Amino acid sequence: MANKETKKKKGWSRRKFLIRSSIGVGVVVGTGYFTRSIWRRYLAGIANTLEAPYQGTTTAPGLWFEITAQNQIILHSPKVEMGQGTFTGLAQIAADELEVNVSQVQVVHAETMSGNIDTFATGGSTSISSLWTPLREIAATMREMVKNEAAKQMGTTRENIKAGNGIVTDGNDSFTYGEIVARVAEWEEVDTPELKDISEYKFVGKPVARIDLNAKVKGDPIFGMDAEMPGMLYGAVLRPSMIDARLVSADTAKAEGMPGVVMVVKEEDFVGIIANSYYEAESAKNTIEAEWSANKTWQYQDIANMIKVGQGDPQTIQKSGSTSGLAQVEGLVSAEYTSPMGAHAQIEPNGAVAHVEADRATVIMSTQVIELTRKEIARRLDFDKSQVNIKPTYLGGGFGRRLHTPNAIQAAVMSKAVGKPVKSFFSRQEEFQNDTFRPPTHHVLQASLSEDGLIESMEHNLSSGDVALGSPMLPAIVGQVFGSDVGAWRGGMIQYSGIPNYKAVSWRVKLPFATSWWRSLGLLANTFAIESFMDELAIKAGKNPVEFRLAQIDGSDRGYRLKEVIKAAAEKAGYSDEVSNGRAMGFACSTDANTPCAQVAEVSIEKGQIKVHKVTCAMDPGLVVNPDQVRAQCEGSVIMGMSASMFEKMDVIDNQLKPTIYGAYKMARMKHAPKEIDVVLLQNADAPGAVGEPPLGPIGAAIANAVFRLTGQRLRDMPLKLA
Amino acid sequence: MKISFKINGEDITVEVDGNMPLLWVVRDTLGLKGTKFGCGKAACGACTLHVDGIAVRSCSYAVRFAEGKSVTTIEGLSIKGELHPVQQAWTDEIVPQCGYCQPGFMMATAALLNRIPNPTDQDIDDNIVNVCRCATYYRMRKAIHRAAEINNQKV
Ligand code: FES
Ligand code: FES
Repeated sequence: MANKETKKKKGWSRRKFLIRSSIGVGVVVGTGYFTRSIWRRYLAGIANTLEAPYQGTTTAPGLWFEITAQNQIILHSPKVEMGQGTFTGLAQIAADELEVNVSQVQVVHAETMSGNIDTFATGGSTSISSLWTPLREIAATMREMVKNEAAKQMGTTRENIKAGNGIVTDGNDSFTYGEIVARVAEWEEVDTPELKDISEYKFVGKPVARIDLNAKVKGDPIFGMDAEMPGMLYGAVLRPSMIDARLVSADTAKAEGMPGVVMVVKEEDFVGIIANSYYEAESAKNTIEAEWSANKTWQYQDIANMIKVGQGDPQTIQKSGSTSGLAQVEGLVSAEYTSPMGAHAQIEPNGAVAHVEADRATVIMSTQVIELTRKEIARRLDFDKSQVNIKPTYLGGGFGRRLHTPNAIQAAVMSKAVGKPVKSFFSRQEEFQNDTFRPPTHHVLQASLSEDGLIESMEHNLSSGDVALGSPMLPAIVGQVFGSDVGAWRGGMIQYSGIPNYKAVSWRVKLPFATSWWRSLGLLANTFAIESFMDELAIKAGKNPVEFRLAQIDGSDRGYRLKEVIKAAAEKAGYSDEVSNGRAMGFACSTDANTPCAQVAEVSIEKGQIKVHKVTCAMDPGLVVNPDQVRAQCEGSVIMGMSASMFEKMDVIDNQLKPTIYGAYKMARMKHAPKEIDVVLLQNADAPGAVGEPPLGPIGAAIANAVFRLTGQRLRDMPLKLA
Repeated sequence: MKISFKINGEDITVEVDGNMPLLWVVRDTLGLKGTKFGCGKAACGACTLHVDGIAVRSCSYAVRFAEGKSVTTIEGLSIKGELHPVQQAWTDEIVPQCGYCQPGFMMATAALLNRIPNPTDQDIDDNIVNVCRCATYYRMRKAIHRAAEINNQKV
């Protein structure tokens, strides 16, 4: 891993610092951060590790930090905060290199007009890992620049200046950074210094409380839904309730006369009602008589029938040795698994507040794709993208639902039409009906065992609706480079590198509606299939499932880290194959974006229902910046993964997407959540890796494997249902 | 129509359609954004506030029913700037992730503790039925017990 660090460093050109004096808040220090060959590096990143490097603005110098006269450091984050704790991690990282306290660091979302934003997205569990090196380098350089200016002001050299807690001193006098910065007329550039040794860090590695905790406990207005602009009106948009739908006609005569209605906007692709309040806009919209048509009547079974291994385009995504002839082997073990279509169901609906003026547009919103949204708005308004300023807010959940946010276009179009700011957001029903769903999947697993009860040969064939392909986030080239869907593959490769022959094949099917990114992408379904199958094989081989797995992992660095989490989880949980006191344990593990994770679920059957009492989760995300927040991500992922594995399923009945409300869309709630979640963190890599998604992998299989030990029923379809 | 009620201890009168959900009056007319919109159909609890001390899902509560009553939102939960025991417990346990659902959960918990000062796990399961997509339930349960303890120490 040390290796990786140096390699990365070489790739960065020396950055240029741009210093501007500010209007009122001390001096603004900005830096331009150069990246080259973005797509090549990005693609290489996915191909190797499924990790995406940071893709900041390319050459334009944008704002990273402000230092206020009160000695507050304001970090403008290129990534958004959606609950994953990124802002806190970034504050810790910056504080350590800046030599300030975390409490002095305030993190805000960078705006497109002034800041550096990640031009790709916030997603894929990459925020901390991708900014780990760049942010430390920028912060360290800034610290040296402040010291340099302090030396000049104090009549000494930089070497004689010490910095700590946001104060510089030459041994006699001391000043806050804010005081020094306020006196700088012209900054001098300095070279990026050597980064500190990790052992010198005071905040990185510590369970610092989330920096947004107070705002979130007090209910501060920090979300896109809370945003307002002066003179703002409300817009409601007519949206389809069904898949494959086309608007034939919309009679808005009645809506136009409803109280509070200011304007009805009819565009080629949508109808919008602008009113004085949300209530009035919605009430008026509900009077529109709309006719929709579809090419075909769809039922869920039609969709399920499309998602079958053997249909669509196959692509071999992993191959080692030869699995040819496997299907004919005597004693072949084979099993099929499925997962359903799932909704994001984030609690804050998608929405935006937009103000379009003659020469500019300002949009405040929750989004994971700032740059894409900016471009889409610019295109629609016939603006240059530099005329569009996106002001991202905290997200009331992301989970991939905000990796395409074209709803901002509608708010902008309505604002332009009415000449005032317009706020527009989805109703809950519309969220369920217009989601970009987690695609349904089908998996065929086959394996042969050797005489000593180990896997000789194994194949995973998976079929899935699109995840990454077709997403406006990625250029078409991604499909051409990979041939099939990188998102659907996630977790689909066989991690047991000690097996002599193995192969994974992904089959792509295009569905008549949008399926896309859902937290952890294919990981949840693929791991459910592979790890359930591993359990079936272990039982067939008469082996303990933990030892069975350990015996088939090679001695590589990756293998070592996987084995360590397997051992740690089994040991911490006291894993046993035996049923005791009506409870059984199930084991499963996965490797996602270089982060191995193993889980043990302790399960019983209560009143005919599966009850999960305890989950032990061992994970190695490499260097842990904030152990408390990594634990929080494990706890949340375990329960969200449980929810998806045990309860969630979207249905299609006569083209209608159902259900359209919480409750009817069953999800895990307080009463389902395990009362014990025991998290063990290993750190067998010296840079931070993925955290927010990897722990979603194993839980489905861990539960299903426990259920088998308890009941003898092998549940191969999610959501898991006892016969 | 004109409707008068108390909001976080202050008397106010609003002039709105009496059928408008209290949620929108609180958020958009009174500008208190801590009470959230999640579903508008009484199904998620994000909009939970108190009407005369009882937890109410304000998205499905017409404002005219608030006439003469006392409404408390998350903004009014803390007293004189000091965090309410529930908010304190939420802080101690570092519960929020995205945070969007949390005001609703805290209001539901505060109302629960008014009725049942020392809730059992079963009481929590039966009464705290809001939805959190970040699935912070594990810490929430700990925070609810902790809030009860903080309350007990205060008495
Ligand atoms: S918004 Fe009121 S319960 Fe969901
Ligand atoms: S903290 Fe995100 S929905 Fe509850």
